[in-house]
Amino acid sequence: MATAEAVQVITRARAARQARLLLVIVVLAAIVFVTFCVSLSLGDFKIPVIDVVKTLFGGGDKATEFIVNRLRLPRALTGLMVGAALGMSGAIFQSIARNPLASPDIIGVTYGASAFAVFAIVTLGLTGVAVSAFAIVGAVLTAFIMYVLAWRHGVSSYRLILIGIGIGAIATSLTSFLLTKARVEIAQQALIWLTGSLNGRDWSNVRSMGITLAVLAPLTVFMVQRLRILQLGDETAYGLGLRVESSRLGLIVIGVLLAAVATAAAGPIGFVAFVAPPIARRLTRSPGPAMIASALLGALVVALSDLIAQHAFGDTQLPVGVVTGVVGAPYLMFLLARSNRVGSGG
Amino acid sequence: MENLVEHSLAADGLAVGYDQREIIHDLSVRIPTGKITVIVGANACGKSTLLKTMARLLKPSRGSVLLDGKSIQSIPTREVATKLGLLPQSPTAPEGITVADLVGRGRYPRTRWIRQWSKADDEAVAAAMTSTDVLEIADRPIDELSGGQRQRVWIAMALAQETDILLLDEPTTFLDLTHQFEVLDLLVDLNKQDDRTIVLVLHDLNQACRFGDHLIAMKDGAIAAEGNPREVITEEVVQDVFGLGVKIVPDPVAGTPMVVPIGRHTTRADAQPASVSSAAAALAASAAANGVCRPTDR
Repeated sequence: MATAEAVQVITRARAARQARLLLVIVVLAAIVFVTFCVSLSLGDFKIPVIDVVKTLFGGGDKATEFIVNRLRLPRALTGLMVGAALGMSGAIFQSIARNPLASPDIIGVTYGASAFAVFAIVTLGLTGVAVSAFAIVGAVLTAFIMYVLAWRHGVSSYRLILIGIGIGAIATSLTSFLLTKARVEIAQQALIWLTGSLNGRDWSNVRSMGITLAVLAPLTVFMVQRLRILQLGDETAYGLGLRVESSRLGLIVIGVLLAAVATAAAGPIGFVAFVAPPIARRLTRSPGPAMIASALLGALVVALSDLIAQHAFGDTQLPVGVVTGVVGAPYLMFLLARSNRVGSGG
Repeated sequence: MENLVEHSLAADGLAVGYDQREIIHDLSVRIPTGKITVIVGANACGKSTLLKTMARLLKPSRGSVLLDGKSIQSIPTREVATKLGLLPQSPTAPEGITVADLVGRGRYPRTRWIRQWSKADDEAVAAAMTSTDVLEIADRPIDELSGGQRQRVWIAMALAQETDILLLDEPTTFLDLTHQFEVLDLLVDLNKQDDRTIVLVLHDLNQACRFGDHLIAMKDGAIAAEGNPREVITEEVVQDVFGLGVKIVPDPVAGTPMVVPIGRHTTRADAQPASVSSAAAALAASAAANGVCRPTDR
């Protein structure tokens, strides 16, 4: 029934969309790689970027290899993976809720993780992997409570956000309570964790993060198609034959796990999950979640922020979360101001 | 367009409710295949609920919706989506989505993880956009379109599903009169082209008579009258279903029944010039009833 020209119009429109997406992904990947190499080259002992690249591909001398591969690579890789996980998690949550405010660091998920981690540090005196485990449990438990409380014949996005913010507030006050009861040295240790930091990450961090991502990333890509249908509203999605509730639950589980492992690996690095997906959507001009671009942008935000946090202030090294917060908070204010003006209330 | 099997839709002993409140009680109906069926009734009579239940959005507490004689709840939802398409009352589009992209998502039930997008999908999208006349705006973001255009795009998305049955929940509610007729005319085209079975909920009785082959008038969660417009839209039925006194006159354009509400404050404009034909008077009255314009002295 459709003429050949009509089919052409459709094919071309689709090709143009995909070309744009591909271009953005390639350019972003290149920028991420450059940032990555620069961050590996800087430090107490500066290494030319070209030598860094050589070393990465197995051609450097012993000294550079030690500095790059042993000392700097784990931190940089952890940063990239944490950023990518946060970017994807944010994209999932914001698309499900159809609301840019619904990233895991605005609704309760990461606050829940923080409260549990601080409990582990302050009350149980734990460190390292044990704290991470507590953070993951905290994130999952928080998300579960959110989901159950938001359930009324299915989960509406609006309820999920409001309940998420409420639970976030509870988790934050729990965290504060724990901190005020703690001894000063321990409270300080907990506070550094709470800001989000990549200090002292080693290969064990990289491995655990890498394995989790290797499982979650393909699942995320698999679910993107459903997410694109879910975005059209529940009724349309039902009409198109999507199993709406199970798809949404599956996506929330993946989104929570991504945020949880990222938080477990580097503490609650604020605002990455919140800013990366909207920028990705704007760059790709994609109405959908733009998952790969969001992951790359998340990685880029963390890598750049860590670069600034480590080297921009002379001898003072800041936790990476300070920098992401400085970048992200104004964007949050902008978004709130704009949505209030439009009157949609976010 | 493939159109091999004609699908049938019916409801048998249906009871549907939200929470404790039952909205539809023991309702049975057969939707005539290849016809346009319009569901009418007062607010909260259960007409949207019936449509949503037939589209498996709501699960009946008793009875069942039968698609090709099988309970719709027992058929995999994706398979249903290849036979029955739905346009909800207020669908939401993600910000910035283009027309072609949105219509393309109607192919979801036809694609699989393994079987990716193909030429056939492009063809189906192109066909859907051609018959709804939105091909020229393929690259435009949907937020920039007028209400009528946007509604045609959503219809195109449902058409891209290539279903024999199409359900629409108040497709004209948010449109002005011109766009209402544009959409309704389009639905008649789609019905004529492929013998598509179309079921829609409408508020305007005159439009229901004009465009419906088959009318279902609902009251308090049950069917009050059913049949062709002439049988259903009588002064008695409208009084019963809407609680409104009306006169029924023939529509001067189509000859279908036209409802002229009486109301409490109506005074007869006897001062009208004698030359005005009864048809013109009826037309003006209908326009007034539709809230389009006030009847003026001619």
